[in-house]
Amino acid sequence: MCSGHESLPPSTSSRRSFLFKLGLCLNVVAATLVGIPVIGYILGPVRKRAMQAWISLGPVQSFPEGQTRLATYENPFRVAWDGVTADIPCWVRRMEGARFQVFAINCAHLGCPVRWFAQSRLFMCPCHGGVYYEDGSRASGPPPRALFEYEYQVRDEKLWIRGGQIPTLSEPA
Amino acid sequence: MAVLRSIGKWFEQRTGLGAVIAVPMGHRVPRSSASWAYVFGSATLVLFALQIATGLCLALVYIPSADQAYDSLEYLNYQAALGWYLRAVHFWGSNAMVLVMTLHMIQVFLWGAHKYPRELTWIAGVFLFLCTLGMAFTGQVLRWDQDAYWGLGIGTSIIARVPYAGSALVHALLGGPIIAGRTLSRFFTLHVFVIPGLLIGLVGLHLWLVLRLGINEWPMPGRLVDRETYRKSYEEDVKKDGVPFFPVAARKDMVAMGVVLLAVLLCAAIFGPNGPNGVPNPTIIDTAPKPDFYFLSLFALFALLPPWTETATLLIGLPLGIVFLLLVPFLAGTGEKSWRRRPVSVLGALLIVLTVVSLAYLGVIVPWSPVMDAWSALPTPVVYVDGRTPLELQGALVLQNKQCRNCHSLGGEGGRRGPALDGVGTRLTRDQLIRQVLQGGGNMPAYGKNVTPAEVTALVAFMQTLRPKNQRDARTATMPVTPAR
Repeated sequence: MCSGHESLPPSTSSRRSFLFKLGLCLNVVAATLVGIPVIGYILGPVRKRAMQAWISLGPVQSFPEGQTRLATYENPFRVAWDGVTADIPCWVRRMEGARFQVFAINCAHLGCPVRWFAQSRLFMCPCHGGVYYEDGSRASGPPPRALFEYEYQVRDEKLWIRGGQIPTLSEPA
Repeated sequence: MAVLRSIGKWFEQRTGLGAVIAVPMGHRVPRSSASWAYVFGSATLVLFALQIATGLCLALVYIPSADQAYDSLEYLNYQAALGWYLRAVHFWGSNAMVLVMTLHMIQVFLWGAHKYPRELTWIAGVFLFLCTLGMAFTGQVLRWDQDAYWGLGIGTSIIARVPYAGSALVHALLGGPIIAGRTLSRFFTLHVFVIPGLLIGLVGLHLWLVLRLGINEWPMPGRLVDRETYRKSYEEDVKKDGVPFFPVAARKDMVAMGVVLLAVLLCAAIFGPNGPNGVPNPTIIDTAPKPDFYFLSLFALFALLPPWTETATLLIGLPLGIVFLLLVPFLAGTGEKSWRRRPVSVLGALLIVLTVVSLAYLGVIVPWSPVMDAWSALPTPVVYVDGRTPLELQGALVLQNKQCRNCHSLGGEGGRRGPALDGVGTRLTRDQLIRQVLQGGGNMPAYGKNVTPAEVTALVAFMQTLRPKNQRDARTATMPVTPAR
């Protein structure tokens, strides 16, 4: 293409404008080639599929029937420098036998940690006063829904839940 | 001295920077602008410089890694020489910067400085304000304590409410599926590189516009801004009665800068740094997260809005508020500048300030939050157990044990989520009390499944005694009259 231009009758203005356009094109191409990986890199953590895995919460016997207890697990998608922030708590309610309810710690309102009160059988949130019943349903306050619940199964006498990401209104546990 | 002068001359011959600086320093400004009311902008700028200086120092030690950030802050507080002081100056400097910048914004609005031809100066200022709030939030995250962790949880929950893109935004913000190491790195980058870069660029634009369009003259009632004549008359005024910015107007700026800096240094020396408050271990759920003061009003709003309006307020109301701020100079870009002739503007500004301050105050006392340890930590007032029957005393125990006091106060102590129970016996009859306990309602959970009939009987018997001396119990209109006990 360049050689074709050179064989044309000398016209500095067209050559200069060609050089200008070439320079512009090259830089636009380069900027695009830089921009795509940069944006892809920044948005890398965005996944189409939910990040979930089966996680063991320990032997079933550690959760007495009729009680709700705090359990913690290590997030399966942790990185080496996560430290204690990879340890995620959840509330395990064992109704009887293999019937469980496992609730996320995060209030459905704005994600604060809810606390269990065994005497009144209520979960209360310290941030804006959301209250839930023992089955996780909303009792009062601003939460727009019940507590987030993990999918669970009992296998090999152990309680397993499916989790891995922070539960929110757009992506429950 | 002669040596110094010759060195200066040597540099000036080569750089010519002295001549460049002399132009803005000596530019003429309206005599009326050399006022104490006009010092907040330069005070904000000097605080920004202080934040850069102290921030650089903190970055020498701080480790933006989730497993070590907390330890590095503790090291700064207790081991690094004067580390505590630099952390304190950075913290108090940030508070002061938000505060002084807000005062600057209110001042320029009341003085009509946003009007023609300074619309873009105002817009750059609004973005400076937003960036500063961004610095405040990201800085609070870098403290990487329990407030930072759960504050991020609140931020995550808010952006998750965006329709369709919610979960993508969450993961982009957190840098991963949970609040952890990758999250801190992202916020570190925002706090240390991205937003400061934006701030420096915007400060440059803001100052350039101030120089180019001239500082706002003191507004006189009746002197209207007209697009046709304003710039010409401003230039004539400055030519006729202007004073050089340096030193005439700059004197007061310099005093204000010094006072603000010294106030920050004094606060830092007396009150010290803030936190870090508690290891950011999510399994420690015995915590009541609270944001720094600049976001307390927002925090309070979430508790007080009717729940069904929350998402709309957050996702539509807040952006609209920002758009409104940006549009202010176009909604009233000409006409009266003086606050004496702009009652709507003055009342509007006052309303916003009062709203934000009242909400922030409520954010401090959090009347909507249950007091988590009230049931186990607070004594039952003696007057309420004095002379009670065994059944009523049993009821007093039920009231404590069932965490009623987490939301209801007795003798002024306890939660304020629900009504105080002192005097409840004069407001509700026995039947109404039983119904309220069992079925709840009016923002109270139903206790039906969580109390036995015996407990309800005792509890209600006790609550019926909660009434001032010589006042009888509540009665329905159809109740037979019985003598007061």
